[in-house]
Amino acid sequence: MSPTHASAHTPASWHQSIHALLKQFDVKQVAYVPDAGHSELIKQCHADQAMTAITLTTEEEGLGVLTGAWLGGQRGVLLMQSSGVGNCANMLSLVKMCRIPMLILVTMRGEWGEFNAWQVSMGSHSEDLLKMGDVKVLRAETADDVLDCVQAAAAMAFDGGTACAVLISQRAIGSKKF
Amino acid sequence: MNTSNQLFRREVVARLLAHRKDLVAITGLGSPTYDVAACGDHPRNFYLWGAMGGAAMVGLGLALAQPDIPVVVLTGDGECLMGMGGLATIGLQQPKNLTILVLDNEMFGETGKQESHTRRGTDLTAIAKACSISHVETLKDWAEIDAFAQRLEEIGHGPRFALIKIIDGQTERVIPSRDGVALKLRVREALGLHNQ
Repeated sequence: MSPTHASAHTPASWHQSIHALLKQFDVKQVAYVPDAGHSELIKQCHADQAMTAITLTTEEEGLGVLTGAWLGGQRGVLLMQSSGVGNCANMLSLVKMCRIPMLILVTMRGEWGEFNAWQVSMGSHSEDLLKMGDVKVLRAETADDVLDCVQAAAAMAFDGGTACAVLISQRAIGSKKF
Repeated sequence: MNTSNQLFRREVVARLLAHRKDLVAITGLGSPTYDVAACGDHPRNFYLWGAMGGAAMVGLGLALAQPDIPVVVLTGDGECLMGMGGLATIGLQQPKNLTILVLDNEMFGETGKQESHTRRGTDLTAIAKACSISHVETLKDWAEIDAFAQRLEEIGHGPRFALIKIIDGQTERVIPSRDGVALKLRVREALGLHNQ
């Protein structure tokens, strides 16, 4: 475990729980641009025969894919790191205009012990940008918050039809070490 | 019916969709949306009015969710260029029921007919092949267009990509619904899905 972790949860444990939660919500399509913070969850989704894991070249593709999934009756989740939020700006109009029950899980960079200053710019504006796109934002500040936030966001998206993102803080994940 | 070699876009789209039964058509913003609407509105049409670069991705998500339903994306060269990475994403997933049709007029028609990259050598079929799209072809005349139309609803061995070098001709602007929620609900209902 990284020395920056303050919680008893390991990354693997909350990722296991997120995967189980996504299954409870009948999520079938998992679209993602990889991030280290999502790597365990991505592995589990690829290993799950009931899910289709979809590797994207850029995050905005995922908003299109999951809109199509919903047209065809499947629920999905979009995984990305914070810099990917910036790649989504125009495509968020699709989600808004068609009122798609979008669930987005964002692992944060550039906010807590970040060694790479190039991550700080988008990391500082991810929340604002999602809000400008009319996506409801929940923040998981610690590892203990993550599962509750994902559950709440999934309920808002799939039960209520509200596009919803969870920003999983860098403090919860642990800063990247080189 | 036009018998010249000039592939007018409206007639190309009308002939491609002439035998449709079960397919869902996703249209890229601008002229492809008007072309498909000009063939007659249909509950299995989903028109994009924005989200440039996203048409093929909406098609991919739908094709994966409904593997027995043919999904046809009709879009232009500019829209396809903006979403070029998506061709690699489709190549990775290999949906057997997805067909991408690119109406290539080598220009950005909606914004003043500025030349696009395809006018100066960018070959979208070469890009599609390089992205592992299983079946890639250029439809060069009416016979090839009519033959492709006959096979449009076939579920093949992998995704298909067909490019047609079209000319615009004189076209009436046919404006379908811009209400994304209504279009979404209509497609879902047509597929027998429950809408809350």
